[in-house]
This record gives sequence, structure tokens and C-alpha cells, in this order.
Amino acid sequence: MAEVEETLKRIQSQKGVQGILIVNAEGIPIKTTLDSSNTAQYAGLIHQLVMKARSTVREIDPQNDLTFLRIRSKKNEIMIAPDKDYFLIVIQNPSD
Amino acid sequence: MSTRRPKSRARVDSKGKEKKPDASPSGSVAGSGHPDDVFPLTLTSATQELFGCRCDEDVTADKPFKLLRKEDVLHDMRISSAVSDFSPVKQLVLDYPADELLLAYDRDLIYGSNFYLVLTVEAKDRHLKSLEAVGGEEALEPETSDLFTAQNTPEPKSWISLGSEKEIDEESVTDSRPRLKYRISRVRRAFGAPIRFSDRNAAETKDGYIECTPYQDKNFILKQMKRHCGVQAIPNFKSSSTQTRWTYPKNMCTQYEPREFSEEEKENCLLSKELKHFINLVGSRFDVAIQKNEIMDVFLDDWKALSEEDTSYGGKADTHLKEYQSFTDLHHSKDKTISSISWHPTINGVIAVAVTERLSFEDRINAFNKLLLNPSVILFWSFSDPINPQLLLECPDDVFSFEFCPSDPNIIVGGCMNGQVVLWDISAHVERLQGTRSSGEKKITANNNKLQGFEDKRENETSLVRYCAVSSIEHGHKAPITDIQWLPETFEVSRMGVPMENMNGICVQIVTCAPDCCVMFWDIRAPRVAAQTLADQKMQKVEEKPLENPHGAPNTFKHLKLTWKPLAKVSLPNMDTSGEYSPLKISLRDNTCDYHTAINADRAQLNAEGSDLAPDYSLLRMPSAKQHKPLEDICTQFYAGTEDGEIVYTDWKLEKDDSGRIFSTKPSHHFIIHDGLVNTVRRSPFFKDIILTVGGWTIAIWKEGVMNGPIIHSSCQKKCTVGYWSPSRPAVFFIGMEDGNIEVWDLLEKTHEPSQTQNITDTQITCIKPWVISSKQHLLAVSDHLGSLHILEIPWTLRRPSRNEKLSVDTYFEKEVDRLVYFEKRTEMRAKEKKNMEADELRKKMETILPEKTEKQISEEAKKEYDDHLSLEKVILKDMGLQPDTDNMADI
Repeated sequence: MAEVEETLKRIQSQKGVQGILIVNAEGIPIKTTLDSSNTAQYAGLIHQLVMKARSTVREIDPQNDLTFLRIRSKKNEIMIAPDKDYFLIVIQNPSD
Repeated sequence: MSTRRPKSRARVDSKGKEKKPDASPSGSVAGSGHPDDVFPLTLTSATQELFGCRCDEDVTADKPFKLLRKEDVLHDMRISSAVSDFSPVKQLVLDYPADELLLAYDRDLIYGSNFYLVLTVEAKDRHLKSLEAVGGEEALEPETSDLFTAQNTPEPKSWISLGSEKEIDEESVTDSRPRLKYRISRVRRAFGAPIRFSDRNAAETKDGYIECTPYQDKNFILKQMKRHCGVQAIPNFKSSSTQTRWTYPKNMCTQYEPREFSEEEKENCLLSKELKHFINLVGSRFDVAIQKNEIMDVFLDDWKALSEEDTSYGGKADTHLKEYQSFTDLHHSKDKTISSISWHPTINGVIAVAVTERLSFEDRINAFNKLLLNPSVILFWSFSDPINPQLLLECPDDVFSFEFCPSDPNIIVGGCMNGQVVLWDISAHVERLQGTRSSGEKKITANNNKLQGFEDKRENETSLVRYCAVSSIEHGHKAPITDIQWLPETFEVSRMGVPMENMNGICVQIVTCAPDCCVMFWDIRAPRVAAQTLADQKMQKVEEKPLENPHGAPNTFKHLKLTWKPLAKVSLPNMDTSGEYSPLKISLRDNTCDYHTAINADRAQLNAEGSDLAPDYSLLRMPSAKQHKPLEDICTQFYAGTEDGEIVYTDWKLEKDDSGRIFSTKPSHHFIIHDGLVNTVRRSPFFKDIILTVGGWTIAIWKEGVMNGPIIHSSCQKKCTVGYWSPSRPAVFFIGMEDGNIEVWDLLEKTHEPSQTQNITDTQITCIKPWVISSKQHLLAVSDHLGSLHILEIPWTLRRPSRNEKLSVDTYFEKEVDRLVYFEKRTEMRAKEKKNMEADELRKKMETILPEKTEKQISEEAKKEYDDHLSLEKVILKDMGLQPDTDNMADI
């Protein structure tokens, strides 16, 4: 638990990070630093996207798997690291 | 055997037939159906008895004929001339050649009567002959006549040739010539001889064979060119049916919410091992990714970013300030100068200028009497009418500064030369000002003193509005008011200078400064002095009659008239010496004049438009000190620029000293920077703590909080008279010079000289005020000493901020602050160093006197030398920037 906290704190303290989210494999948020409505929104939408991305990668090559997904938008960047059971989502505003 | 036929008919028939093809003159059948030579007669019984031809007695079917004598008939006809039966045939009988006439009994009424008369001899003969033949036949076969009574075998008659024998002759075959006879003989020997056959080619001899080639006989090729064909088209019909289920709409609703874990579940998850493992695995990826983002923005298109900045440098042609319009009034601005400009905050295209006399102090005293007769005015110009001012505000004396009230643009406050504060209310004339901007239709303003008949005349004249309130002379300033500002509606100031919360939501207080070393706060609400006067005033306000007011000024500030005193008076005592500073311009941190940026302009307009109802100022009351709560975050310190070219930073809060007297604190800082009187102290609209001061030949930029000195200090070629920040570009400000030039300074380009200079007029520029009309149009109002107002259009390059301009300017200022700090440190350093050096020299001198140097002394000296050397080294290294110490010399 402490390690988890420590890692999250380390990531949170980086420059430009706006929020962190841990979501389980079904899309239910477990831990978050954003407010609840944003959390629910991000969890639901990103879960679907990651499923799609993962299935895409695996279809092209079944032995491949998705390790990291970065979505760069005008205002910020969303980074997602998927795993078997959980996702970790970090939202960063890079250009500041 | 022929069937029974009446004799007469048979005869008649054959006769008829014979007669038809023969065309003999006696054979034509008359129209009545009987032959010509036979005439039907009806004989009465009397006549029948006379002539002996009674029916069925004398004349029967077998013997139908009776011969009559012609004379008898004629006799009968003579006797009974008209009624004779023979009358119709009278002429015929007369013509009859023979003596005897044949009368035939027509038993079967073939001709329509019971008798008929045969008219011609031949016919008579014929008839008789036939009768005989018939009679003869009958006599021959009497037996057969019993069985076949009427049957008679037809007897062949003589054949009458009708030309058919010719055809028969043609068809028949007869010898046309006698037949030829041939006799052929041959030797007997030749008969019965053996036959010898031989072959012979058919083609050898000519005509050895006759070919009979087959050919297609064209007669037998039939081409059917046309054929009738019948077609019937029928539609294809098919019947089918289907049964559908009727679905009708039903309202349904669902409600969903995202799935969430309960707290315990979350805790469980967080504590699980998998999560720990996952985080460890994944954390490093994030670190790398985030740091990469920080280091460099991979998606930044450098080429595009470069090009955008280029466009702001290029296009030199468009950096000129274009003259948009120019206003000069011949009546009012003749021999006068404009001291102050102010744009109308809400109505686009309306600008007000304060016109003052262009005289020095002595001349003013001399011309005092004349001046009284010409009242000073503030002119309102509108873009639609460059010749006539729209409105004139009458002032008690020359106005050096005036401002529109931000929350109610109909209220204008001005500071006069004699130290009075004047208030005007132009609500009655606002439509006129607005009307000139829109269509040319002018509405009749509610000027109270107009009579009905003279309305039209009044409209065309510029109306003169008298001030509605003026401060009392004894309590006001003793010197011309050089700066006047409205306090923002967010706070108000109490008697002690403590900022309080403003309950009204509108601007109610004014701050003024004058070279009489005072800064005063004024309140436009009625003072809480006596309840009586309030009640009186209230009553007066209720029964407001226009005729009570002789000058036509509105009654908005009647409560202030003649009794208006300042709320608080702040003096600026001198820091070092006794005496005071004489401020010319002040700048508060939370003020209303400086923050008109391009963005705020729209918001201000919206705010102004929202509150259409003018607040009733006479009903506003100043609150008691207990009601209000003081606001902590209002900065009560302000900058003041003085007549001597000093910048003073002081606090307006008043304090009570031991004896209970209210006095002002001494300013915290003062700087002697400018070499002339300070004519501008302005905050940047983008940075609340950056102040521009202009005075004499120099301009300075200050940062509030940095008390070492100005962060930027530059000089101009000529004397600067006025300055103002650009409302849209954080790094740009405009300076007006005494030779009529406008200098455009761009801090990001050059700080030692202006980036652009442009001459506007011949004389010195007295005031500059930029204004944002729309995002496409920024105007700069420039007034000169001769009294004309020029409106210039700011070109695109000076309007549009470059990319991250604010950021760049901010960093630049920070850099400058650091430079200042470093500079200070360096001066200290220098001073110390100098002291050290002097000490060394002294010591050296002392050492030369003492010839002896003990070893200790030598070592001491050596050590000292070494120390000196070290310090020197440090200094040099610092100077060169090789020391990785706290000094930042690196550019960002």
C-alpha cells in the first residue's frame, strides 16, 4: 500500500500532471485524484478505448500485446498503461 | 314434272325473262309491275255481263281469254263515258289497229286486277298461241293431269342467240386448216437390225445436248411483306397478402449510473498484491513518458512556429499609425489646448476632451477678467460629425483631468484648476450621443427648459450641460487637480483610509491628487451628517420640478451641492526632509483606468449595458464604520509621480498618532529618477505590478515590490510629455513628445530607443489615449497643444500580440529584476572591495614606514595578500560569470 502511494505521489509530483486514475479491468475506478464525475467519464471512455486498442494489436499479431497508450490532444496528453487486471491513467499538460 | 304453276304466270315469267335481255320496244316493264302491252283492268259485274266475260262462268282459269270487238268497247265507252271501266284505256283502244281485243282473265290477280287487256296484236297472238298449246297439252295427257294437275314438262323453245355461241366457238377446237398427211418409208432391211451403241461426248458437237439447268423460279418465292398479327398485353397480376403486427410507441426510460466500488472494495483492491506488482511494473514507463514530455514537445511544428513570428516583423508598410479622423472646434478650441482625453466607455465613437487655456500662470492672472466670460468646456466629439461637437459640459474653471464613471457612464467627474471637483450628469443627452452614431434620426432630448415651439432650433445647437455638483472650495484642493480617478466598485474607503467592502456594487468614490501635496478621497453619496437635511433632500427629490432648476442641470447630485467635502485627505510628507511631495499623477493597484485591455473592453461594455437603470445617487448613503467589514486583500499602497521628477511609493491608510490627530504615514520609498515633472504614472493593463512613469527626458518601468529602482530606464531624444500602455500588446507603449512625435516602444524589440517614431502634429502632444473599438479596430486618440484632436488607427502589427508575448514580457521583466538585484549586489561588492583596497593601501603605507618585518609580520602579510588575492579571484570569476553561484546570467 505504501509503495503504491509512493509511486503515485512520485508521478503526481511531476510537472504538468493533472490527474491520476487507477481503473480495474472492468472499468471501475479504484483510486483517483480527479473529481467523481470526471473520474467516471474517464474510466468508462478510456476503458473502451483500451479494449479496442488491445484487440487491434492482438489481431494483427496474436503474440503481441499493448504496453502503453498515449493520446495527445491540443490541451493535454492522456497516458494509459494497461495490464491484465488494471489500468493506470495519467493526464498531463505537457506544454507549460 | 314441274310443280303446279298458274298458266298465266308461267307465260308471264317467260315473257318477262325474254323481254328483259332483249330490250325490244315492246318488252320494257313498266314501273307498275306489268308489261307495257298488258293493261290491268277491273271490270264490274255489269260490264262482265255485257261483254259475256263473267268471272268463273264465261271466263275461267282454263279459258281466260275473251276476244272483244273494238266497236263494242268503244260503244260502251261512249255510253258510260266517265264511269266506264274501259275509261283508262280509252286512248289505247282507239289506237289499237285490229278489230278484236284480247281480254284475259287474271284469276290470280297477277297484275292487280281481275282482268287485263292485251294491247298489242303480237301479244294477242302470243297469248292465243300459248293458250292453244296449253290446251293441246292438256288434251294429250288427260290421265296424268289428274295426278299432276299443274305439272307440265317444260317444252323446249326456240333458242334465241344471245351471243354465247361465240364463246363456245372460241373455246371449241376446230381444225383451222386441213390436216397434213405424211408418209414415211424405210427399207425393210433396216428393221430389226442389231443395234450398235456408241458413246459420244455431249460437249463435242454443238447443240449436242440441251441443258436444262434448274433455276429458282421467282414466281414461287413469296415474301410476306405484311402480316397481320394480333397481340394482347395483359398485366401480370398477383395477389398476395401479409399480416403485420401493429407496434405502437411506448414511453420507456432507463436510468444508469457508472459502476463504482464501495469503499471497502476499493481498499481491498488497493491492498492487493496484484496492484502493487502492476504499479511497480508500470510506474517506470510513466516516469519516462512524462519526462520526455517535459523535455521536449515532440508535436511542436517548429517551422510553423517560426513562421508566425516572422510575419510580425515583416510587412513594414503596415506599422504606420493611420490618421482616422481629426477634430477641431473653431469656437471652443481656438487658442486653447487640450489637457485631457477620455473615451466614452460604452458608446463607440464618442470621445470627450477637456479644453483649457494655453496661457502661463502670469498671463492667466492678467487675463483673469476675460477668462471669466468664456467658460471652459469639455467637448464631446462623435465620429459621425467632425465639425460640431455633440455636447458641451460647462466647467467652473479649466479642467485638467476628468473621467467617466465606469459603472454609470452618464456621470463624469472632473478636476478643475482651482481645486474643485465637479460632477456632471449627461443622462438627459445620452440618446443624442447614441443617436448620432446610429441612423441620422435625432430624438428630442429631454432638456427640461425647452418650450414646445422651439424644439427644432434647439436640436441643432450643441447643448451645454451644466455641472450638477461641485465641491466646496475651502475643503477641496488648493492647486489644480492633475489626476482624478474613480475607485473600482469592489471596494470603498472609509474615513481612515481603510478599504471596505462596497455594498452598492457601483463606483461611489473618487480619488484626486494635486500639487498641493494632497491626495484626497471623495464620496459622491450624501454624508451622514444630519437626518433633517436628508429628509429635506428626500422630499425635494420627490417633488422634482424642472423649473426649480434655473440652469437646467439635473438634480442627481443635489445632495452634494456646495457642501461636498472630501472623505479623507492623505498627505505625502517627505521622507528625508520636512516638507511634502507634490504629486502630479497617482496610480493605485486596483484602479479603473488602466485595465482596459481588448478583452476587458467587451466585458465592461456588457456590464454597462446590463445595468440600464441609473442608480439613484441621492438615495445612497455612506455606511457607518461598523457595518462594513474591511477587505484585506486590497493593496493600499500607491505610486505617485511628483513635480520634481520623483516617484513616491506610499500608503494611503491614515493613522492616528498619540494626540488623536489623523496623519499620513511617511512614504516607504521614493526615487529620484526623472529630470522633469512626472506626467504619467500608468499601470500595464496586463500586469498589475508593472508601472510606466514618464517625465522629463526619461521613461522608467517599475515593478511593484522591487524597490531597488526601475527595472527599465531609458531616455528619449526629446522631452516626453505623455505615455500610455497599448491595450492589446503587453510589450508596447506609446510616448508622446514635445515636437509632436509619437514614439512606439516595443520592449521585446528594443529598450534603449523606440521601435517606431511617427510625427503627428507640429506642437507638443498633450495626451494619448488608446481605445479598443472592436477586435479589428483599435484607435489612438492624440491631442496636441493647439487644441486639435487626432484619431489614429493602430495597425495590425501594433494591435496583435505576438505568440506568447505576455509570457516573454513577463520573463523579460523577471530577468530585469534579477539584473537589478545582481547589480545591487555588485555595488555592495564593489563598495566592500573598495574599502578593502583602501585599507590595504593604508596598511601598505604603514608598512613602508616600518623597515623591519618580523617573520610573523611577513607571514601575516603573505596571508593577507593571499586572502586578498582570493577575494580578487572570486570577484573576477563572478564578473566573468564562471562562478556557478546564485547569479543567473544565462538567458532563457
